[in-house]
Amino acid sequence: MSTIAQKKGFGATLWDFLTTVDHKKIAILYLIAGGFFFVVGGLEAVFIRIQLAIPNNDFVSAGAFNEIITMHGTTMIFLAAMPLLFAFMNAVMPLQIGARDVAFPFINALGFWLFFFGGVFLNLSWFLGGAPDAGWTSYASLAIHSKGHGVDFYVLGLQISGIGTLIGGINFLVTIINMRAPGMTYMRMPLFTWSTFVASAMILFAFPPLTVGLTLMMFDRLFGANFFEVAMGGNTIIWEHLFWIFGHPEVYILILPAFGIFSEIFSLFSRKRLFGYSSMVFATVLIGFLGFMVWAHHMFTAGLGPVANAIFAVATMAIGVPTGIKIFNWLFTMWGGSVKFTTPMYYAFGFIPSFVMGGVTGVMVATAAADYQYHDTYFVVAHFHYVIVGGVVLAILAATHLWWPKMFGTMLNETLGKITFWFFFIGFHLTFFIQHFLGLWGMPRRVFTYLPGQGFDAANAVSSVGAAFMSIGVLIMLYNIIMTSVKNVKVGNDPWGDGRSLEWAIPSPPPFYNFKQLPLVRGLDAYWLEKMAGKKGMTPAEPLGDIHMPNSSFIPFMISLGLFIAAFGAMYHRDHSWGMAVLILGLLVTFGSMFLRSVKDDHGFHIHKEDLVDESDKGVKA
Amino acid sequence: MHAEEKMTYEKWPAAPEKATLEAKNKFLGFWLFLGGETVLFASLFATYLALKDKVPDTSQHLAKDLFELPLTFVATMLLLTSSLTSVYAMYHMKNFAFKKMMLWLGLTVLLGAGFLGLEVYEFNHYVHVYKHTFTSSAFGSAFYTLVGFHGAHVAFGLSWILSLMIRNSKRGLNLYNAPKFYVASLYWHFIDVVWVFIFTVVYLMGMVG
Repeated sequence: MSTIAQKKGFGATLWDFLTTVDHKKIAILYLIAGGFFFVVGGLEAVFIRIQLAIPNNDFVSAGAFNEIITMHGTTMIFLAAMPLLFAFMNAVMPLQIGARDVAFPFINALGFWLFFFGGVFLNLSWFLGGAPDAGWTSYASLAIHSKGHGVDFYVLGLQISGIGTLIGGINFLVTIINMRAPGMTYMRMPLFTWSTFVASAMILFAFPPLTVGLTLMMFDRLFGANFFEVAMGGNTIIWEHLFWIFGHPEVYILILPAFGIFSEIFSLFSRKRLFGYSSMVFATVLIGFLGFMVWAHHMFTAGLGPVANAIFAVATMAIGVPTGIKIFNWLFTMWGGSVKFTTPMYYAFGFIPSFVMGGVTGVMVATAAADYQYHDTYFVVAHFHYVIVGGVVLAILAATHLWWPKMFGTMLNETLGKITFWFFFIGFHLTFFIQHFLGLWGMPRRVFTYLPGQGFDAANAVSSVGAAFMSIGVLIMLYNIIMTSVKNVKVGNDPWGDGRSLEWAIPSPPPFYNFKQLPLVRGLDAYWLEKMAGKKGMTPAEPLGDIHMPNSSFIPFMISLGLFIAAFGAMYHRDHSWGMAVLILGLLVTFGSMFLRSVKDDHGFHIHKEDLVDESDKGVKA
Repeated sequence: MHAEEKMTYEKWPAAPEKATLEAKNKFLGFWLFLGGETVLFASLFATYLALKDKVPDTSQHLAKDLFELPLTFVATMLLLTSSLTSVYAMYHMKNFAFKKMMLWLGLTVLLGAGFLGLEVYEFNHYVHVYKHTFTSSAFGSAFYTLVGFHGAHVAFGLSWILSLMIRNSKRGLNLYNAPKFYVASLYWHFIDVVWVFIFTVVYLMGMVG
């Protein structure tokens, strides 16, 4: 098996990506698909802001507006933010722990294709009779009576992509527990790996309730069940509980990796060890734990009673403590450091005040009594955009600039990166800061228009201008990506010059086996320690030997395709006689592919050490 | 140790289900998966408890009218015994006694199939005698979803164990298929544990309250 790079035709490249089980290629797939859905969700946001820019606007109809806000939220959370974070987890985490691949490369590919087909299924609703229109939370009281198949697309599409996320989470957990390089103890793992670990554990326990909720909704809408049909004894609050038992941990599943990314950036560009490393780890785990105990703060006005409201209010405010610890640790990391103002560092700087504002309004809405005023107003919209955009999206943009060289071997233009930052950052605050006040002035969320002269006109116009700024920022970044790829100037192992963790010790992009010899880890910031000791690279922990690698497989694609087909059958089986046949056919494809995977032995292959010696310029330099 | 290696009784390790890195990963990953499955069933149990006896009108039957303990008791015994037989199968797997393992696995499959047969009979009975269906009430939906999810797990587990038995019938044990047998038996135990809860929460609690 030679590893020499060859020029391949388009067909061969496509087949390579359809069958790949390499975590670095899967990361690229996640980045492309997540980036595409980010643009789709962004366009939907722009449509919302155009519609609301002036009072009594008729840019879109009320019904279309409901579809757009539903798809904006659903797309951004499930199809953009999560996959983009998964892209960086896949690209970087195995490198940071010194592994040659993830624990389950096959399942890694399966997770991607399930997410991809689920996302495509959900978005096909635009062309097949209308998108879901019950909000991204799809409360049962709205969803079970929604006309057409919109909500069915939501239920089935999220079910498919949710399974992908769940198995992805298990894969990352096992990878981190079992595949760490010699010397890489838990308390030497970089913070991004730690946050991947905690987020994956949260995925494992948070996604099954969503699976159940979606199943119940599917049974109600498509198979005549009565879980949420009050006249038949059903109860719509069950959906709210199941959704938020998933939904609140989901918020932390998104923000913890973002915290991890910023921890890497602060440490790297302050050229200093992360301040309070162990307290950072502790805070991450604590947030992950508390994240499961606060879901009912989304339901303060549902009538759970004062005792439940009080308990969930206090639990929610408690999360402010570990989050505060993190904020101070980041500030102290910069304190006394030799700070370099690179594009990722710009985002990290912008993140702290933005996220703190989201945290402050978080404590405000966590106050159960006051929440009756904020509930379902633009105040809440402002709050969650401050934490999601001000936290997660800034982290994703920062990570794109930080790890682009590691993923593609080229450096994004720094000047364009900083221009992107300023447009996006100013646009973000312009869009959402004023929405706090819109909410306090009484503008409800999810309304498709408002009357003139109620005091909402100017504020909405300002908000829409901000959205334009953010769009320009994203467009500049896309231009940056295209120009960088066209110029294709390759960079070395450690393009930022100050790399601390293991991913910077190997070539950019790494060879497909990552490490020729597994590195010996001597402490936190393993690569930095070696550099400070005057070495050029990592000390190998093993002699040069054969490397065992997994085989590529087309089966993950087929398993996911089967569910995609089955979903159409389930959706149309009441309207068309062919529905049931398609449902069964799809399930046969899925289970048949799983059966094939089970009975066909797949031992992988070995790269012989003679082939490794030939390419002495690749892999870890001993 | 390599997964492809030809095995003998002497070479067979003490814990063949986690002798290679792939096996260790599979072992741990499957335990984690069962953790997720636990939350899945917990959500279904919560839904069932919220919707128990929630029917649109008084003509419909409630839990205490429907359930009969003798039938459920027999089903429970079949499934509990099948868990025990799968323990014996894994005992023989660890001792590299392939034929004995297959024998006990075969018994496990038979007992599981017996359980599934009783469940089909039970559901059929409720539908035709009591008109208690998936669509007749929220109670019906919740009951058939919880117990049916478990039944689907039993059916999947049976097909899984059978596939493994047929696939490996001619070649015996090695370090590649030993972890496969092992996690399938783990899955089978998990199904059994869930049933203990269903027996308690649905049937016993259904009879008394």
